[in-house]
Amino acid sequence: MASKGIKDRVAIVGMGCTPFGEHWDKGPEDLLIEAAREAYASANIDPDQVDAYWLGTMASGFSGLMLSEALKIPYKPVTRLENMCATGSEALRNAAYAVASGAYDLVMAIGVEKLKDSGFSGLAMANPPHDGTISSMTAPATFSLLAPAYSKKYNVPEDTLKQVLARIAWKNHKNGARNPKAQFRKEVSMETICNAPAVAGMLGIFDCSGVSDGAAAAILCRAEDAHKYTDKPIFIKALAFAAGPAEGYFSQGYDFTTFPEVVRSAEDAYRQAGVTNPREEISMAEVHDCFTPTELVLMEDMGFSPRGEAWRDVLDGRFDGNGPQPINPDGGLKSFGHPIGASGLRMMYEMWLQLRGEAGPRQIPNPRLGLTHNLGGAPGRCVSFVSIVGL
Amino acid sequence: MPGIIRYGSYIPYFRLQRQAIGAGRGERAVASYDEDAASLAVEAARDAMRGGVAVDSLIFATTSPPYAEKLNAATIQAALDLPESIASFELSATTRAGASGLALGLDLAKAGSTALVCASDISVGAPGGTREAQGGDAGVAFVTGSEGDAIARLLGKATCTIEILDIWRIPEERFPRSWEERFAAETMGPALLDTAQRALSAAGVSGSSLTHVVLDGVNPRTLAQLPRVLGLDPAKIVDGLTQTIGRCGCAHAGLGLAHVLDRAQAGDRILVVSEADGADALVFEVTEKIRSFPKPRAVQRWIDSKRNDLSYPTYLKWRGILPFEPPRRPDPERPAAPVMRRHERWKMAFVGSRCLRCQTAHLPPQRVCIHCGTVDEMREERFADTSCRVATYTLDYLAYSLQPPVVVAVADYEGGGRFSCELTDVDPKQVSIGDQLEMTFRRLYTALGVHNYFWKARPMR
Repeated sequence: MASKGIKDRVAIVGMGCTPFGEHWDKGPEDLLIEAAREAYASANIDPDQVDAYWLGTMASGFSGLMLSEALKIPYKPVTRLENMCATGSEALRNAAYAVASGAYDLVMAIGVEKLKDSGFSGLAMANPPHDGTISSMTAPATFSLLAPAYSKKYNVPEDTLKQVLARIAWKNHKNGARNPKAQFRKEVSMETICNAPAVAGMLGIFDCSGVSDGAAAAILCRAEDAHKYTDKPIFIKALAFAAGPAEGYFSQGYDFTTFPEVVRSAEDAYRQAGVTNPREEISMAEVHDCFTPTELVLMEDMGFSPRGEAWRDVLDGRFDGNGPQPINPDGGLKSFGHPIGASGLRMMYEMWLQLRGEAGPRQIPNPRLGLTHNLGGAPGRCVSFVSIVGL
Repeated sequence: MPGIIRYGSYIPYFRLQRQAIGAGRGERAVASYDEDAASLAVEAARDAMRGGVAVDSLIFATTSPPYAEKLNAATIQAALDLPESIASFELSATTRAGASGLALGLDLAKAGSTALVCASDISVGAPGGTREAQGGDAGVAFVTGSEGDAIARLLGKATCTIEILDIWRIPEERFPRSWEERFAAETMGPALLDTAQRALSAAGVSGSSLTHVVLDGVNPRTLAQLPRVLGLDPAKIVDGLTQTIGRCGCAHAGLGLAHVLDRAQAGDRILVVSEADGADALVFEVTEKIRSFPKPRAVQRWIDSKRNDLSYPTYLKWRGILPFEPPRRPDPERPAAPVMRRHERWKMAFVGSRCLRCQTAHLPPQRVCIHCGTVDEMREERFADTSCRVATYTLDYLAYSLQPPVVVAVADYEGGGRFSCELTDVDPKQVSIGDQLEMTFRRLYTALGVHNYFWKARPMR
């Protein structure tokens, strides 16, 4: 078996999440302090009860010192990690394994990103020294490749597909409007979305996730200890991860209508959690809607829609906040914002609220299993994380 | 006598209409923002070398060298995937250097050595001036070798060097200056005539027996008397390409010769005269080999393949004359010398690898096969001349470029292999899945004084 999983062995007993957005007045340290304090309070613990920390940030700082210095953590293990846009989920995954192994009793996974200090549009980060042949494509351009490929493969006319993509953005904005911590808390009309300035390919401004600052944190312990900290813990059913060999970059066989890395990590997660029919069994999901075509393709890669059918499900409202299988009920990357290192934990924060019945106006009735999906890289060459959590 | 055994030419895709700058009729060829004299020379030389020919030396002539120090000929050598054991020479400082380079290549050939002679220029002039309006950008290449292989054998040549202040530019200045045109025209006239006559007499040929005459001069007035005095039939003087592409500096005399060779018959006699700081004159006779050698793309084909709606501000921006607001994106990164050297055959020659076990192609080259996992059992394979098709593509409005949007295609190569590359010389509205593409050597950008060369794809020209 590829992965044995740690189903029901680890619980999340506290979480914190800052509002995401343009925090001109806050540095990454401020955001870390806010998220960590909220998480401590949520688990009813003092900071000194936490045995070890996993800090995820893609490019806002280096080493565990970024956290230990900001929070004045006295001489405890702090691991800093990076796995592109899946960084926040990686912090959670590694922290979960640490308590599952028995090495520590209580740990924190925390993620942060400060994107708005760069002065650039979109994502911008330096590369290691290179030979000058690396792709100059921006993130929206790489993901925009999905749209014409999907349109061609499934005979969905481009103007229909444009409506489908706009519908995804419209839905995520609608959800975000009901979320006090989201970056964009305004509904946006289909017309505005469709007529927005072009960014790449079929994608306009509203097809792209929000560039923002933020931090989110989770406190984890072994399942048997969970009720020491909270009456309403949530339990990890599956943690899966896949890094691809970049097959789509080399092989003519890759057609840009799927992420093999997502398919593999989703299959692994379903096996760990014992899910056989994700379309019916997964109550809700936070998925990596970095750009609208990504969410469309993810619906099929996750098994929420049959191949070539997700576009119909989108138009039918299946994934709306009040639909049969809400996707990105908190607004997603699109509307909640995407501070890279924090996003994976932000997704989990929504599962935490929804499963505990604390999601306010966007509460989904009686959710049973929630899924988070976090992706880093580009079509053809990416890393993918899938978790399943429940009560 | 030695001769020319191969040739090739390259004229960039863009034209600036002289009307757009209030400079009369016709248009000039304009190198794209991602081209320079080295890349123009590479494109011309690729055409000359198509199918493969071994050369012992490389001569590169330009007045617009991308690097003032650092051998530009080495860039060309690497991009053409020529062995490092070849000799290389760079000629500069006069737009006659192209013709001088050809004469030198023929001397090397006479000594038993095969030479690749490349000449190119990006002719830049001060805004509003003659050079800007009348200049052009292009590249040309010749392979000189033994008489037995020659498509055009040299019958005779002559040269002269004259210290004269006609056109000049010091390294610290961007644009050339010029003296009153009539001064050089009248002063140089006799020397020019003498040089041409010496070439004809060395060739044992009379002016009236010539089939084609190519006249090129940095100061066209100097050439005015030549046809009459030499008894040349005006009908034999070939089109100077001034209306279609402009005078392309070091490349121009060679372009005229290539244009003639495109349509020449065995037995045709050709006189080439190139004037600047003196003159070079060469007389050739076309041989039977003209029927059977691997023909390059015709100069006329390059002339006809164009886009001529370039705006003047865009032209000025491309040449770095007009400052502009950069996109709100990080500046391009300077490539690192050790990495470039390690990956040289990939970066400069577009050499990928193919698995010896399962034949899977890899771009860039890999040590571990993506298909069968075999380690270190690859052979190198150059994809620069392999045609490819658009698997999918996008327009990137956000990426840094002097010509937004950046068009990126996932290119699938004939015989296997895939690479995502930038398209150039392309109308973003005209791209579609399945389009055939060809590779072209470009200067992607310059960062901290380092020119970053690599390959792009373009629609077939």
